[in-house]
Amino acid sequence: MTFIYPVDSNKSHPLPLSPEYKSSIKRAPNKPLIPMRHTLSELTGPVYGHETVREGDSDLTTQHTGEPIGERIIVHGHVRDEDGRGVPDTLVEIWQANACGRYVHVRDQHPAPLDPNFTGAGRTESDASGYYRFVTIKPGAYPWGNHHNAWRPAHIHLSVFGYSFVTRLVTQMYFPNDPLFPFDPIFNSVPDEKARARMVSSFDLENTKPEWALCYRFDIVLRGKNATPMETK
Amino acid sequence: MKPTGITPSQTVGPFFKYGLTPSGDYAWNDAFTNSTLTPDVTGDRVRIEGRVFDGDGVVVPDAMLEIWQADAQGRFADPQDKRALPNASFRGFARCGTDKDGNYSFDTIKPGVVPDPDGKPQAPHIVLAVFARGMLRHLYTRIYFSDEAGNAADPVLTLVPADRRATLIAVREAGKAVYRLDLRLQGDDETVFFDV
Repeated sequence: MTFIYPVDSNKSHPLPLSPEYKSSIKRAPNKPLIPMRHTLSELTGPVYGHETVREGDSDLTTQHTGEPIGERIIVHGHVRDEDGRGVPDTLVEIWQANACGRYVHVRDQHPAPLDPNFTGAGRTESDASGYYRFVTIKPGAYPWGNHHNAWRPAHIHLSVFGYSFVTRLVTQMYFPNDPLFPFDPIFNSVPDEKARARMVSSFDLENTKPEWALCYRFDIVLRGKNATPMETK
Repeated sequence: MKPTGITPSQTVGPFFKYGLTPSGDYAWNDAFTNSTLTPDVTGDRVRIEGRVFDGDGVVVPDAMLEIWQADAQGRFADPQDKRALPNASFRGFARCGTDKDGNYSFDTIKPGVVPDPDGKPQAPHIVLAVFARGMLRHLYTRIYFSDEAGNAADPVLTLVPADRRATLIAVREAGKAVYRLDLRLQGDDETVFFDV
């Protein structure tokens, strides 16, 4: 058992240096990464959830005394590996701007209102089938200094652990049909069009709650581990 | 239904702190700290500290580092490791955001020896993941310890050109259980990152 997690899977990721995204220019390594075999250190990983997730952590609309402003949404889906198996008991953490496109963060100086009833952070644990669910507010687009008239498409940041340290993933979930997609160097840092599409959630009418909230489905796919060199197929 | 590929990585962005790291500025983030230490942990307690720099030698104030390591006996708190942990509450994971001067620190224990796939001993090491604004995918590296004789024969460290190995070795400060390791994302002294 040498490469239990196929390195080929990593082709879906952006290249470290993506010059249109200016912050990557001085932060991407110049020297080639050094290939190595996975050892126990890479094949194991933290299992988090049970103790860290509190009741209510997955509902970002009920963390304060009042209701946040904006469009209430449900975001749900499965954490799976690339062989289609649900990944249970994994911690899913999210953080996002409010409905006006403003983060709580002290460094966000975008002149849009802060919402006293919205922090924009949540966490949950996937269940035995890998299913997770959040209730939140649809984030707004916001300007950033990358280039003239640069606006980030609305997005929710997600952090997921899988079975091992090499399946660790931080990504962003986007919303369908966003007109800002063609102009966003972070979204477009993923060269493959099909891989890019996997970062876009789908509108889910079936699970939209009447008179209450629209629903979006976002399946998160982590590296799978059965494609080992020993496998015969 | 079999998916057609994995979800691509995206940058953690500059605003992760209130969601992920305990900076003290926000009420939310109490889930993780920069310490793996638990009351029942055994082993040599050490502190690892350093700074993160970009290609111009400018500090990176918006990086997030995560460590994952074995306990002092080389065992991982992972269901795949069937050996019982001697320290029941030790998790082996910690997370730290850099401060405005690019500083990070971890309080932990020195890990034990972990075998490589051939069963050969690996020198004590900590796996480190580096996230930051501007980094579209996090980077993997390792932290070794300057006072370990086993470094010379470590199967991963020996994959690294000799003149770059120092970028992975935290240097023990005289008379203290403190090791220093700066990370350089780019440039002449660029930290070695691994393709895993």
